[in-house]
Amino acid sequence: MVEPMAERMAGWTADEMMTVAAARRLVDGDVCLVGIGLPSLAANLARRLHAPGCVLIYESGTIGSKPRVPPLSIGDGELADTADAVVSVPEIFNYWLQAGRIDVGFLGAAQIDRYAGLNTTVIGDYHSPRVRLPGAGGAPEIASSARRVIVVLRHSPRAFVDRLDFRTSVPGRGPTAVITDLGVLEADPADGELMLSSVHPGVTVDDVQAATGWDLRTVAGVGVTPPPTARELDALRAMTSDVVG
Amino acid sequence: MAEITTLAEAVHELVHDGDLVALEGFTHLIPFAAGHEIIRQGRRRLTLARMTPDVVYDQLIGMGCAERLVFSWGGNPGVGSLHRLRDAVEHAWPAPLALEEHSHAGMANRYVAGASGLPMAVLRGYRGTDLGRVTSTVATVTCPFTGEELTAVPALNPDVTVIHAQQADRQGTVMLWGITGVQREAVLAARRSLVTVEEVVDRLDPRPGSVVLPGWVVTAVAHVPGGAHPSYASGYSRRDNGFYRAWDAISRDRDRFTGWMQEHVLGRTDG
Repeated sequence: MVEPMAERMAGWTADEMMTVAAARRLVDGDVCLVGIGLPSLAANLARRLHAPGCVLIYESGTIGSKPRVPPLSIGDGELADTADAVVSVPEIFNYWLQAGRIDVGFLGAAQIDRYAGLNTTVIGDYHSPRVRLPGAGGAPEIASSARRVIVVLRHSPRAFVDRLDFRTSVPGRGPTAVITDLGVLEADPADGELMLSSVHPGVTVDDVQAATGWDLRTVAGVGVTPPPTARELDALRAMTSDVVG
Repeated sequence: MAEITTLAEAVHELVHDGDLVALEGFTHLIPFAAGHEIIRQGRRRLTLARMTPDVVYDQLIGMGCAERLVFSWGGNPGVGSLHRLRDAVEHAWPAPLALEEHSHAGMANRYVAGASGLPMAVLRGYRGTDLGRVTSTVATVTCPFTGEELTAVPALNPDVTVIHAQQADRQGTVMLWGITGVQREAVLAARRSLVTVEEVVDRLDPRPGSVVLPGWVVTAVAHVPGGAHPSYASGYSRRDNGFYRAWDAISRDRDRFTGWMQEHVLGRTDG
C-alpha cells in the first residue's frame, strides 16, 4: 500500500489518485448522474479537464449543473443556479433515469461484492443492525438503468466482502468499473465478476488481494495506473481548497 | 382559500398525535421551523415520511415524536450519519423506531400516485435488491400490454404535508422556486397541508421554473421568515453548511443533543 512517506515522495495521496482515476473514466459528452462526495468531486474534475461537455445531473433535480465550487450536498443552491434546467424529483427518476437518458451512474458504497453488488443499508442483521447506514437513495435504479456504472470506494477487507450484509443495489447489463485507492477493477463482460485491471503506482497485486475479502481475479497483464499529472493535481487541489463553507 | 395563520396555531390545528406527517424538501426549503414547533407541542406516535430525512427528522426522532419512518435515504448530506436516527434504530433510544424503506424512485412515485388519486404507482425498480424482502410495500405487477414484469408501490397519502416556500399571496396561493423536489406531489397527496413562507406578498410575480400551488389546495399558510434554516430558501438565504457539519458532534451524544434542543428549540418560538 502507499504509505504516507511514499505519498510524500510521490507528491500525491492515494485518495487523489483514486479521484483522478475515476475522473478519467468519463468521456466528453457523457450524461452523468452524480452522487455527492467523491463521485461529485471526480465528475467535476473531469469537466475541468478532458470532459468539459460532460452533463452533470444531480438527483435533487438539477440538469447540466456547472458548479464553480464543489457542493457539500446534492441540493446546494450552486447546482440549481448553474443548471440548464431544474426539474422535480419524480421527473429525474422517471423521465431521465428510467427512460434511459443517463450514460453513467456514479455510486459509492459501504460494502461491495465480487459482482459489484452494493450495500448502503446496514452492517449486520437488517432487523438489529450493528450500524444503520443511510439507505438506498437513488442507487437501485441508477445501478440498473444507467448505461455504465462507476463505483468509487476505498479498498479494505471490510468494504470488499465475500457476502454483503444487505443487497441495496445490483449492476445492470452495462459495463461496471470500480475505482479504489489501490487500483481499478472492471466487470468481466461474460459473467459480471470484477477483475483487477490496474494497480495504482506503488501498489502490488498482493496489496489489493490483501484488502479484498474474496479470491480476486486479475486480467492478463495487470497494468499500472498512470500517476496523476501536474495538471490533474492542480485542478483537483484548486477544487478541494474551496469547498463551500 | 388557505387560512393565513401563525405557525403555532397551524401545527395545533393540523398535526395530531398518531398522524402520518411528511415534512418534505430536498436539501432546499426544508421546513425546520415547523418541525421545531411540532417538537415544542409534544406530538407523539407520528409516522414520519420523507425521501431524505435529514437533521430536522433527526431532531424529531431524538425528541421522541416518531414511532415509524417511511424513507429512502437518511443521512446528513455530505457529512455522515444521523446519530439520533441510528440510536433509535440500533438502541431504541428514546423509543423504538420502525422503518419502512424504499428507493428514491419508489418514494417519488408513491407521492405521484398519491397526488394522482391512484392506489399505486408502477416503475422499473428495486431489481435484484433485498429491499423487497424487508419492505412489505414493494410488489410486482405484469404489464397487461407488453407482459413486462414491473414494480408496484402503493400511494403515499400523508394526513398532513408540511413544506416551506419563498412566497404566498394573501389568498394563500404559494410559490416556490429553485430545487422544488417532490413538494408539489407531497402537498397534493396529503389530506391537509401547511406551508411556511419567507414572505407574504400582494402579488406573485411569475418566475421561470416555479411551482405554484393555488390557495384552495393548501390548508394553511404561516409567515415564518428564515423557517428553513439551516436549510435555505433560494433568493432569501444560503445553506448553512457549517451548521450541518456542527450537527454531527452535537447529535452524537444523548445529553449534548438534549441540552441543545432545550436551549435552541424548546426554549424558543419561531414565527
